[in-house]
Amino acid sequence: MEIIIYGIINSIILSLMALGFTLVYSIARVPNFAHGALYITTGYITWILLNKLTGFPYPLAIAIAICVTAVIGALIYRFILIRVRGMEISEIIATYAIGLAILEGLRWGGLRGGTFTLPPFISGSVQLFGVSVDYQRLLIVGIGIVTFACLYLFTHFNRVGLALRGIAQDERAAMMLGIDSDMTAIVSLAIGSGLAGFAAILLLPLGNIIVEVGYNVLIFAIAVCVIGGLGSWGGTILASFIIGFAQILTEAFLSTHYQMVVALFAIIITLLIKPSGIFGKQKELEERV
Amino acid sequence: METMRKERIDRGVRVRASGLYAISSWREMLYLMGPPLALIIGVILLPVILELAPYWKRVINIMCVYALLALSFDFLANYVGLVCLGGAFFVGVGGYLSAIFNVYLHFPVYLSIPLATICGAFICTFLLMPCLPLRGVYFAIVTLMYPLLATRVIEALDILGGTNGITGLDSLPNEYVEHYAIILMTLFFLYAMRRFVNQDVGLVIRGVKDNDQAVKASGISVTKMKAFAVCIAAFMGCFGGAYMSHMYMWSGLSMFALDFSIIPMASVVIGGGGTLLGAIIGSFILVPLSEVLRNFGTFRIVIYCALLTGFIVFKSEGIMVYAMRKYHQFERWVKV
Repeated sequence: MEIIIYGIINSIILSLMALGFTLVYSIARVPNFAHGALYITTGYITWILLNKLTGFPYPLAIAIAICVTAVIGALIYRFILIRVRGMEISEIIATYAIGLAILEGLRWGGLRGGTFTLPPFISGSVQLFGVSVDYQRLLIVGIGIVTFACLYLFTHFNRVGLALRGIAQDERAAMMLGIDSDMTAIVSLAIGSGLAGFAAILLLPLGNIIVEVGYNVLIFAIAVCVIGGLGSWGGTILASFIIGFAQILTEAFLSTHYQMVVALFAIIITLLIKPSGIFGKQKELEERV
Repeated sequence: METMRKERIDRGVRVRASGLYAISSWREMLYLMGPPLALIIGVILLPVILELAPYWKRVINIMCVYALLALSFDFLANYVGLVCLGGAFFVGVGGYLSAIFNVYLHFPVYLSIPLATICGAFICTFLLMPCLPLRGVYFAIVTLMYPLLATRVIEALDILGGTNGITGLDSLPNEYVEHYAIILMTLFFLYAMRRFVNQDVGLVIRGVKDNDQAVKASGISVTKMKAFAVCIAAFMGCFGGAYMSHMYMWSGLSMFALDFSIIPMASVVIGGGGTLLGAIIGSFILVPLSEVLRNFGTFRIVIYCALLTGFIVFKSEGIMVYAMRKYHQFERWVKV
């Protein structure tokens, strides 16, 4: 029972981490290697607002932090990526360099040790089928599901959301219909970074804000995306359940150290068997040489 | 107002030096041979010149290791089209292998470095094999993950000395062997690679980047070509790692550090991608800079990243291409 409950929680956590990355990749076709950095940045901004300004309301701090991260994401596209668009090598190097600069800059700026924590929204825990689960984790599951629903509604019943999907499916056809490709890419980066920040706010109360978490988040996000098929949203959620349960199982029967190894093996097996991922049908021909 | 435009014309000496008659005049011969000779002689004399500043002598070795890594990154990125975000993985594999050979199996230095280089190149190629049949970002993703994972695995399983690393490697016989082993290897690899990319095999490898369908249509396996190229790049990286572990007489987790991934990348972009020589010039600029900035700790990485992004966005041709243009051509304003 414990495995099932924590497996579900872990899967939702993973899919929250990966959602922003997959959104950016599916729309702007940019692998956003700065994802983990943006995740940590949000946590750090919230921490600063809460601890340096006394009496700052928690919800407001969260809102400001997420907005700032979204703006950073949009600025990265507007001023840097837009100039190297289409040059794959430069795109990868640029996002990776930005991500590293943010993470190592934060490390240099004093983000070390276990002193940085965010308070949970609601403390305490509850017995669920004989397993004690704290409220924060339950809240993550709830909010996670609501987020998926909102994203689905946004991309299916909203002009901007539909434009994003249009660009993701066929950029040229979408441009012929008057959708601005660069504008949608900026929006997608903003939303993707915002989602990374949102995930950070939800997940960081479970642990410390440290730089290594940024790298871990990036790796998990990438693992989930590759396994689900880069740019496929259904695949992302399914893949996060696969990795989530695999991790919990290895944790139960082996040791926690193997979590990362599980992610890597999952990626390699996927690349060997079905490189386009579980749901990545449309790109299958393009990716195999 | 009359409009002006910039005109670029080849220098007279360049035109004169392009044919066989170049050998009839010292000036033309100097024009052709000067820069490469200056580089080679300068690099070879570096340890002797730096007798004056002993602290900087150590930096030469590190500089050359980074130059090798930059060369391997440049080759992979600009000739094969694979972006390797984890040069540190090559270094780590080479370093640990030569430590294993030297400390656990008691091989002498002159055996452990070459063995570690060759075995390391094959191991790296084998581990990267799954992502080679694919296009796109997969290679970048997998190479990004390997060094991070290698540290975690070594830490978690407490193998290969765990967090302390493997100590007690033999050092190289003396200081001058130490300097010249790496300097000569760097020069050798530089000119070998420049020659290699213009051979038939090199042309096929460049074809993999530009038009893999054409390569496939010619009956050549793209995956095999890519594996071959990765093997060569890993060879250079592993040599750097193996050499470095003997230089420090220690091989540890910092062999997988981010520096080995980001500095080569930055030096290639700054030096000029696709020129091979640019990669070396870039690392000869960046590594001393990093030595000067030693007190800043991880802030150095921020500086490299800023330089890197700046060069990619504003000056993507890099120093080398710029310098070549200035050397071969002059510019003037003319009326339209």
